Amino acid sequence: MSITVVLFWFLTALALLSAIMVLLSKNPVHSVLWLIVVFFAISGHYILLNAQFLAIVNLIVYAGAIMVLFLFVIMLMNLNAETEPQKNTWLKLAGAISGGSLLLILVSVIRSATDMTGRTAQVGEGNIGLISNLGKALFSEYVVPFEISSVLFLSAMVGAVVIGKKD
Amino acid sequence: MTLLAFDWILLIEKFVLIAIIVSVSLVIAMYETYAERKVAAFLQDRPGPNRAGPFGMLQPLADGLKLFMKEEIIPNTSNKFLFILGPCLAMLTAMMTCAVIPWGSHLELFGRHIDLQIADINIGILYVFGVVSMGVYGIMIGGWASNNKFSLIAALRGASQVISYELAMGLSLIALLMLTGSLSLRTIVDQQMAPGHLWNIVYQPLGFLIFLVCAFAECNRTPFDLPEAENELNFGYHQEYSSMKLGFYLFAEYINMFISSVIMATLFFGGYDIPFLDESTLNPNVAALLGGAALFLKVVFFIFLFMWVRWTVPRFRYDQLMDLGWKKLIPLALANMVVTGAVILWLKK
Amino acid sequence: MGSVSLIILTIAAIVFSAGGILVSKIFVKGSKNPRKGQPYECGIPTETSPWKQFHVGYYLFALLFLIFDVEIIFLYPWAVVVKKVGMMALVEISIFLFILFMGFLYAHKEGALKWM
Repeated sequence: MSITVVLFWFLTALALLSAIMVLLSKNPVHSVLWLIVVFFAISGHYILLNAQFLAIVNLIVYAGAIMVLFLFVIMLMNLNAETEPQKNTWLKLAGAISGGSLLLILVSVIRSATDMTGRTAQVGEGNIGLISNLGKALFSEYVVPFEISSVLFLSAMVGAVVIGKKD
Repeated sequence: MTLLAFDWILLIEKFVLIAIIVSVSLVIAMYETYAERKVAAFLQDRPGPNRAGPFGMLQPLADGLKLFMKEEIIPNTSNKFLFILGPCLAMLTAMMTCAVIPWGSHLELFGRHIDLQIADINIGILYVFGVVSMGVYGIMIGGWASNNKFSLIAALRGASQVISYELAMGLSLIALLMLTGSLSLRTIVDQQMAPGHLWNIVYQPLGFLIFLVCAFAECNRTPFDLPEAENELNFGYHQEYSSMKLGFYLFAEYINMFISSVIMATLFFGGYDIPFLDESTLNPNVAALLGGAALFLKVVFFIFLFMWVRWTVPRFRYDQLMDLGWKKLIPLALANMVVTGAVILWLKK
Repeated sequence: MGSVSLIILTIAAIVFSAGGILVSKIFVKGSKNPRKGQPYECGIPTETSPWKQFHVGYYLFALLFLIFDVEIIFLYPWAVVVKKVGMMALVEISIFLFILFMGFLYAHKEGALKWM
C-alpha cells in the first residue's frame, strides 16, 4: 500500500460518508456543509490524478460559488426542519427501493462497459489536467464550444436579472 | 507494507517549516493588534498602550490572556454546532493561505536544499483565490447561527461584499498572469529577480491598484468595514461571540491582513527580492535570510498602509461599496486585461 | 511532495482551530445565567426570529457572482497560454468578453447592479 492508495481510500470513504450525511441531515444548512466536504474529497481525488487545475476550479466554482448561493437561499428563505413537509414511511420506502434499483443497474452497466475494463487511472502521472495543456486545448481545438459557452453565460445572466426584477 | 516509501527527512523538514511559518504568522497577527493601536495613537497624537512591559510591548499577550479568561456565552436560541463551527472555519481558512507563499529563496543546511515554501504547486495564485473564496463561510455561518438580527444583516453584507470584490480581484490578476505566463508564486518572484527585469508594479500599476482596493474589501478593513460598522450594527457578525471564539474571529482577520500584504509584496513588489543587489553573488544562506528580511520590510509597509488608511478614509455607504465593486472595478479590470494582452502581442511581433 | 505538505498544513490548521476552542473550554467558564443567553440587541425583549425571508437583491448578487466566477475561471488558462497561441487568442477572448459585456450592460440597464 503506497501513500496514494491510502489517500485514495480515505478520500473515497470521506466522499461517500459525507454524501450520505447530506441526505440524512435534518437541518438543510448542515446538508450544505456536508456537500462542501464532498467537494473537498472530490478535489482531493483530482489532485491524486495530477489535475491540480481541475481540483482548484472544482473548489472555487462548486464549493466557493454554488454552495454560497445555496447557503444564501437556505438561510434567507428560512428552510428549517420544521417547515419541511413530513413524508410518510411508505413513500420513503418506495423511494429507497427505486433509487436502489437504479444504482444497481448503473453499477452493473459500468462494470460491463468495454471502455472501462482494463483501464487504470493515471495516478500522479497524467498531465492532461495541468493548466497550460488545458489552455492550449481550449483555445486551439475547442474554440467554438468555448465561444458558445459565452452565449450560455449571457442567457444565464439575463435569466438571473429577470428573476431578480420580479420583486 | 511500503507505506514508508518516501523521504522521511523531507517530511520532518516540511513539518518544521510549517510549524515555524504558522507560529510566525500567529505572532505577527498578535503584534498587528499592538501596531494597530500604536499607529492609531500616533495619528491621533496620543501615547497609546504603554503600561504592559516597555512601550506596552506585552499588551497583545495581556489581551490574549483576557480573551482566554472571559466568560463564554452561547445564545440560547442559536444553532450551537454552527455557532462553534463559524470561528473555527474563519481561523482554518486564514491559516491555509500561507501554504503557497515563498518566504525566501532556499537554505542549504546539513547538505540539504531547503526551499522556504510549504508547497510549490503550479497553480499557486488560484490556490490563494480558492482559499479566499472559502473565507465567506466563516462570516456567513457565524452570523447566521447567532440568531441575532444585527449579526445576520452584518453576515449578509459581509458575504455579498466578499464575493463581489473577489471578482475584481480575480480579474486584476489575469493581466499579471499574461506577463508571467505562470501561476506559481515562486516563478513569479524569480522572474522579477532576474536581471534586467523590473518589479511587476512597473508593468501593472492599475492592476495593483485594483488588487489593493479588493484586498482592503476582502479583509473587511476600513473604508470597507461595513460588516462590522459599529454605529449601525453594534459590532457586526461576531457580536454574540465572547471569549476565545471572538478571539478567533479577530485573529483570523489580522492573519488575513498579514497574508494579503505578503501576497501584494510577492506579486507586485518582487517578493524576497532586494533591489539593486545581485543575490546570486552571496552565500545562499545569507541571501535567503536577507531576502526574508526584505520581504518582511515590504509587508510591514503594507500593514502600516492598512492602518494608515483606516484613520484617513471614512467608511463607504453600502450602495457606494457595491457600485464601486461591480460598476467600476470589474470593467476597469477587464479593460486593463484586454489592453495588456494587446500590448504584449504587439511587442512580441 | 507538494500535496503531502498541503495535507500536513490542513491537518495542522484543523488541529489548531478545533484545539483552540477545545482548550479554551477547559479554562473558560460557561455562563450559568440564562439572561445572558438572550440575543444581544436593543435591551427590550427580542421580537420574532431573524431567520426569515430576505430581500431578493442578495440572491441576485450571488447569482451574478456565480456567472462571473465561472467566466474568470475560463480566463485563467487563457492568460497562461496567450503568449503561445498569439493573436488568435486575443480575438477569441475579445468575442467572448464582448458577448459577456452585453449581458453586463443589460444587467446594468435593468438596474440589477444597483443596490436595493
